[in-house]
Amino acid sequence: MADILGAKVDEEGFLIDLGDWSKEIAEQMAKDDDVSLSEEHWDVINFLREYFEEYQIAPAVRVLTKAIAKRMGKDKGNSKYLYSLFPYGPGKQGCRFAGLPKPTGCI
Amino acid sequence: MAIKKFMYLNRRSSFGTVYAIESLEVVLVAAAFDQDVSLAFIDDGVYQIIEGQNTNGIGMKNFSKTFHALGDYEINKLYVSAESLEERGLSADDLMPLVYEDEDDNWVEKSSVKVVSNAEISKIMSKQDVCFSF
Repeated sequence: MADILGAKVDEEGFLIDLGDWSKEIAEQMAKDDDVSLSEEHWDVINFLREYFEEYQIAPAVRVLTKAIAKRMGKDKGNSKYLYSLFPYGPGKQGCRFAGLPKPTGCI
Repeated sequence: MAIKKFMYLNRRSSFGTVYAIESLEVVLVAAAFDQDVSLAFIDDGVYQIIEGQNTNGIGMKNFSKTFHALGDYEINKLYVSAESLEERGLSADDLMPLVYEDEDDNWVEKSSVKVVSNAEISKIMSKQDVCFSF
C-alpha cells in the first residue's frame, strides 16, 4: 500500500487512518499534485476539518460552497474560486489534503 | 434528470447493525443528486435521532452528529412516528433539535422534525416514487 511520509493512503491517495493527518502530510500531498498551499488553501482545509469534526462527514461540494459563502463571503463561496484553489475539485482534492475521507456521494 | 420523491424508512436503532449508518450514507448520496428526499423514523428507528448519544464505550463513530448536516443538504422532512415514540416512553423533547434554514423565508431556522401518526406516515409514503426500508 502506498504511503505519504509514513502514513498509509488508499488507491486514490486518501488517508486510511484520519488520525495520521499533519500539516506536513497536507503539504506533501499538495506538492505531489503540483499545488503550493497558500493561506487561502489553508482557510478551506481548516474549514473542512472543522466541518468533519462537527458533523462526522466530508461535505458534498454544493454544501461546502454554500457553507464557505456563509462563513467567508460570496467572493470565496463560489465554485470558480474554490476550483481555482483545488483544480481537482474542492471536495475531492480539498478533503484529501485535509485528511478526510472522500466526500459522500462524490464519484 | 427528473426529480423523484425518495423516502427512507429507518426502523432499526443506530448501532449493532449497519442499517442506520448505511441508510444515512444513501440519503446523503441521493441529496447530492438534487432529489426530493424525506426520512421516516419508525419502531426502533426513533432511537437514531435521540439527543445525547455517546459511542465512547463501543468504539464506533458517533454518526448521530451527521443528522445535523442534513439541513445543509436541503433534507428537511424528517417524520417521526408518534406511536413508536410513545411505545418506548419517549417524546419529541428527547429528539435532537434538527433544523434547516428556509431559503424562501429569509434563511429563518426551522425544525426539520415532525412527529406524526403512523396513519399520516402511510399517507406520505403513498405519495412517494420510491421507498427504501432500512
